Amino acid sequence: MTRRFMLFVIFLGFVVSAWSVRTLAQVTSDRLLRASEESQNWMTYSGGYAGQRYSLLTQITPANVKNLELKWILPNQVFGAWQSSPIVVDGMMYITQRPNDVLAVDAKTGRVFWQYRYTVSPDARVCCGANNRGVAILGDSLFMGTLDGHLLAIDRTSGRSLWDTAVGDPKLGYSITMAPLVVKDKVLVGSGGGEYGIRGFIAAFDTKTGKELWRVHTVPGPGEKGNETWGGDSWKTGGGSVWVTPSYDPALNLTYWGTGNPGPDWNPDQRPGDNLYTDSVMALDPDTGAMKWHFQFSPNDPYDYDSVQVGVLADINFKGTPTKAILWANRNGFFYVLDRTNGKFLLGAPFVKVNWASGLDANGRPIPTPQPEGQPTWPGVQGGTNWYSPSFSPRTGLMYISAWEGYASVFKKEKAEYVPGRNFLGGGGTPFTGVQGAPGVRVGRATPVNSWTDAAGNGAVMAIDPLTGQKKWTFKQFDVTDSGNLTTATDLLFTGGREGYFYALDARTGAELWKASLGGQIANGPITFAIDGKQYVSVISGNSLITFALRE
Amino acid sequence: MPFRAPLLAFVGLVLLAPPAGAQLLTIDHPGQYTQEDIGRGSLFYNGNCFACHGRDGDQISGIDLRRGQFRRSQSDEDLAQTITRGTPGGMPAFKLEPAELTAIVAYIRAGFDTSASVKVGDAAKGRAVFQGKGECMMCHRVAGRGPRSAPDLSDIGIARAPAVLERSVREPSAGLLPINRPVRIVMRDGKTIRGRRLNEDTHTVQIIDEKERLVSVVKKDIRSMDVAKESAMPAYAGKLTDGEIADVIAYLLTLRRQ
Repeated sequence: MTRRFMLFVIFLGFVVSAWSVRTLAQVTSDRLLRASEESQNWMTYSGGYAGQRYSLLTQITPANVKNLELKWILPNQVFGAWQSSPIVVDGMMYITQRPNDVLAVDAKTGRVFWQYRYTVSPDARVCCGANNRGVAILGDSLFMGTLDGHLLAIDRTSGRSLWDTAVGDPKLGYSITMAPLVVKDKVLVGSGGGEYGIRGFIAAFDTKTGKELWRVHTVPGPGEKGNETWGGDSWKTGGGSVWVTPSYDPALNLTYWGTGNPGPDWNPDQRPGDNLYTDSVMALDPDTGAMKWHFQFSPNDPYDYDSVQVGVLADINFKGTPTKAILWANRNGFFYVLDRTNGKFLLGAPFVKVNWASGLDANGRPIPTPQPEGQPTWPGVQGGTNWYSPSFSPRTGLMYISAWEGYASVFKKEKAEYVPGRNFLGGGGTPFTGVQGAPGVRVGRATPVNSWTDAAGNGAVMAIDPLTGQKKWTFKQFDVTDSGNLTTATDLLFTGGREGYFYALDARTGAELWKASLGGQIANGPITFAIDGKQYVSVISGNSLITFALRE
Repeated sequence: MPFRAPLLAFVGLVLLAPPAGAQLLTIDHPGQYTQEDIGRGSLFYNGNCFACHGRDGDQISGIDLRRGQFRRSQSDEDLAQTITRGTPGGMPAFKLEPAELTAIVAYIRAGFDTSASVKVGDAAKGRAVFQGKGECMMCHRVAGRGPRSAPDLSDIGIARAPAVLERSVREPSAGLLPINRPVRIVMRDGKTIRGRRLNEDTHTVQIIDEKERLVSVVKKDIRSMDVAKESAMPAYAGKLTDGEIADVIAYLLTLRRQ
């Protein structure tokens, strides 16, 4: 090879990398099965079917994390909380923004290839903002649920709609805010609307055609097992919404769905019984929808303690026995370890102050201790944790959660009348502050001045040992946090909070290693990926999607 | 509560006017809405407004209905108009009966406090007490007059419900909002800073110090920080008569920065 030719080859290589060609290799279901092993990608909501939000990437370490620098910012074009979690496949990032837009972004530069805009029907009703938490991918298609209860497939190269299936009636409050889950050749979603007296369901659709293949109600009808846990006709408006992406165990062929509150939210007298399968985890066969087992965290719930969290699949050595576990930090303030093969309760312990129950019995059922009228209940209405993505590191063996400490609400119940498409609440919960008239913690942070202070509750990242249920360490924040969590194979934990600080912590000790003051509240979880050998970390703060990498 | 009767009659008359009337409601300040309207307003609110504005009325950015922070409205009439006409590209127009509208406005103006039953006296007399016997202006500032060490009260009439105001006058420590608590910070270099807390997060705290300077402190530079739960303000229960307190509340309710 002549020297000139070698130079030409080097030059050619340079040109190709400068072009940064995004080869859109097929995303097969086999690739999705091994999504967490493709460390350069982040192909599902939680970075892999196990729901661990754990990355094998090792370029960013505790020693060099202080050298992270800003690479790009993508501003949101619409206002309101940005709860979406991006996916990244072979250098392409796909992110949703309000109300139901999808953006295809060059993950290296933050520049946008295309924007898909879906016009939401004015019939759409959503309790808590025009939220969407992201897309799923298979083959050449992206899948997104909509606020008006549709499921869409979008061509990942052209950004054009491939099919559009009506899944639930928006006039009755059905909506889809979760990122769908793709399993094999099916795309699975659940319906939101737990504040509108819906009857929740989970359904599977053909990824090619959008044809519905099965549907399972989270609230069983007459003749179905579990219907006896609903007095009278209360099952008809029983709630049980689903709005966070489930985890999936391919070996057991089970998907694990967290379900939301029963309807009406705060008046259990209108729905006597345990109200199965609300506030539960349902283990469903993704091929048929058949339920293998269920576990209910909060029977006959009067507090709106949705069990809409990501159940984290972890293989642990529980009391000396290798155990296929599912780890669950619940909105009701308890941390649970269940056997994910059969739903058996293995362990439960509160991770924040709890006074609605004195504890859990041998089967994991709470022993209720309702507080007198007007008295505070811990945890408050937003819960000890909520939909904020947890993380699990197989290296440390610890589960990482975002929690609200010292946070309570005063609950009251009222009679709720069901009017189709209207709020069906039956009371409410007012954040407790200890000082009458003082502002309480809000559902989201809308102001840069924290006028509620830690007197109304404070945020914390907690590392919980699933073998004991005990906290290994706690990283306290002054304001509460809705941030998701991300761990890496270098024992870094990335997290944030409402104050807009983005942190890298030592996953073993909780020590703060690095922080950036991004300003806007951080909701949902950071992700990490790599392009051309460089590791990136992306996080949403306020109305900006911000991406960091090490200084060159 | 005799002071309410004439106003009520007035409201009734105004409500008979055609809906085009921008004159719909011209009540001066809260505390003048009937308990009945406030109670009914909570029901209408839950049915119509809750979904977007939330239980505490603060779910839309820049708006805090309970504390009187609006984007467009100042007067009750503005509020009513926003409700009935909606906003461009935002809130839909609500078709409500005049009585429903009155009730919702009452509920909003009462700070969502359906239990409010506070005695509200004469604002002019209250002003005299505020500026004289009460010595309130030794610490508080109103419309550009007075020191800044205690919270500025220029818009307290829209920021606080009457019951909350009454408690703050009678027992200031019970009513002291956590954010306003006095802080005493000793820096690592030994310097001491005293003041009132304005904002705080995990890593920093912002205060107004005794010399009315805005100070931002990074917590890692702090040796100790004490946040007192006791207010520096004297309790006026016993210092002022019940009638004087009612007058002061009436005056405070007129303080609405326009």
